[in-house]
Amino acid sequence: MGIKLKALTKSPWVYHLSTGSCNNCDIEILDCLTPRYDLERFGIVLVGSPRHADALLVTGNMTMKCIPRAKEVYEQMPKPGVVIAIGTCALGHGVFDGSYVMPKTVDEVIPVDIYIPGCPPKPEGIIAGVAKLLAMLKQKA
Amino acid sequence: MNPILVYIICFPFTAIVGMLVSWIDRKVTARLQWRVGPPLFQPLYDFVKLLGKETIIPKGSSKITFLLAPLFGLVAATFVSMLVWTAILWPEKSFGGDLIVVLYFLMIPSLAVIIGGFASRNPIASLGASREMKLMLADELPFLLAVFVAVIKAGGAIRLGQLIAYQQTHGWVFLSASGICAIIVAIITMQAKLTLVPFDIPEAETELMSGVFVEYSGPPLAIFKLTRMMMLFTLPMVVVVVFLGGMHFQGISILWSILKYVVLLVLIILIRNTNPRLRIDQAVRFLWGPVTILGVAAVVLAFLEW
Repeated sequence: MGIKLKALTKSPWVYHLSTGSCNNCDIEILDCLTPRYDLERFGIVLVGSPRHADALLVTGNMTMKCIPRAKEVYEQMPKPGVVIAIGTCALGHGVFDGSYVMPKTVDEVIPVDIYIPGCPPKPEGIIAGVAKLLAMLKQKA
Repeated sequence: MNPILVYIICFPFTAIVGMLVSWIDRKVTARLQWRVGPPLFQPLYDFVKLLGKETIIPKGSSKITFLLAPLFGLVAATFVSMLVWTAILWPEKSFGGDLIVVLYFLMIPSLAVIIGGFASRNPIASLGASREMKLMLADELPFLLAVFVAVIKAGGAIRLGQLIAYQQTHGWVFLSASGICAIIVAIITMQAKLTLVPFDIPEAETELMSGVFVEYSGPPLAIFKLTRMMMLFTLPMVVVVVFLGGMHFQGISILWSILKYVVLLVLIILIRNTNPRLRIDQAVRFLWGPVTILGVAAVVLAFLEW
C-alpha cells in the first residue's frame, strides 16, 4: 500500500462530479485549474473519465436523482482513490436543509476523505484543503 | 558496443528518454502559458501511480483484446526505436528493407489504440477509435510520400543505413527543394501520428472526454501513456534519420546530433501550443488536400533531381 499511496500523492488526477450544485463551486474548481493557480505544479490534472481519476471532487446537494449516479461514479473510480467534498451544500445542505428532494448528504452516500467548506470556497481554500489531504495521505503511506 | 546490448537496453532507454521528453513538452507548454509546470519526475510519478491502481475491465467488453491492445503498441514502439538506433550506431548492420519495416511498425501504436477503443464497448471510445482510424487513413499517404522523396534521392535505398551513408557523402536530403517540401509534410503528419493538437481529434477532451482511453484504468492506461511518450521520442528520430542525416557520436557532433532532435521537438511543441483543434473532416481535407499536393510536388521535384 505504501508506494501506491505515495505515488498517488504526487500525481492525483481529479474528476469533477457535480451532484446538483448551483455551479458556483464548479466555477471555483475550474478557477483552480487556470494558469493563475497552476495546479499542475502538484501533478494535479483534470481528467474526463472517472476511470482515470484518483480523486473525486464532489460538489452540490446530492439530490435524490443523483444518489445512484454518484454511487456508480464512485464505483467506476479505480481504487485507491479519495473523495473530496467541496462547498457548504456538499457538507450539509446549507440553505437547502430540510428539502424533500435531498434526503441524504454526500457523506451518507459515498465515503468522504476531506471536507472543504465555503459558499463557494475560494480557490486558495480548495488548494489548501487538497494540500492537507495529500499531507495526510503521505503520513499514512 | 555489442548490438545485443542495444537490443536489451533499447526499451529502458527509450522509455526513460520518452518520459524526459514528455516532461519537456509539459514544462514548455506550462511556461508558454505563464505557469510553473510539473516537476521533473512527474511522468514517472504518473506512470508508477497508474501501475498501482486497480484494473477495471468493462462488462461485456472483449477482455483479452482489451488487455492486449496496449502491449501491441508498446512492443511496436520499442521495435521501431531498436531498428532506428541499430541503423544510427551501425549503418552497415541494418538489413535490406528495414525502412519499410519501420513504416509498418509506426502504424501499430495507432492500430493498438483503435483496437483497444473498439474492444472497450463504450460509445465514446468507439467514436474516438473511428476518428483515429480516419486520421490514420489521412496521414499515412502524405507521410509515405515524404519518406519516398528521401528514397528517390538516395537512389532507391530502402535501408536506413544506406540512407544515412548517402547523406554523409551527398549532404542531407533536407538541403534541397524537394527535401524542404518533404520535411514540411513530414512534420505535419508527425503531429497527426502523435495525435497532438491540432490533430488530437480522437481524444478531444472537451467533447469525447478522453476518447479511446475512456474505459482504460490502471496498468493498461499506464502502458498506453508510456507508448505515447516513447513515440514522441521515436518518431522525430525516424525523421532525423530519413531527412537530417541521422546522428553521429564522435566528439562535438554529439551536440549537433542532439540539436537536430531538439529542433524537431520544439517545432512539435510550438505547433501544439499555437493551434486550435480541427474537426475530423477538416483534418482529412487538410491532410489529403494541401499536404498531399505538397508531398506529390516534393516527389516530382525529387524525380527532377532538385
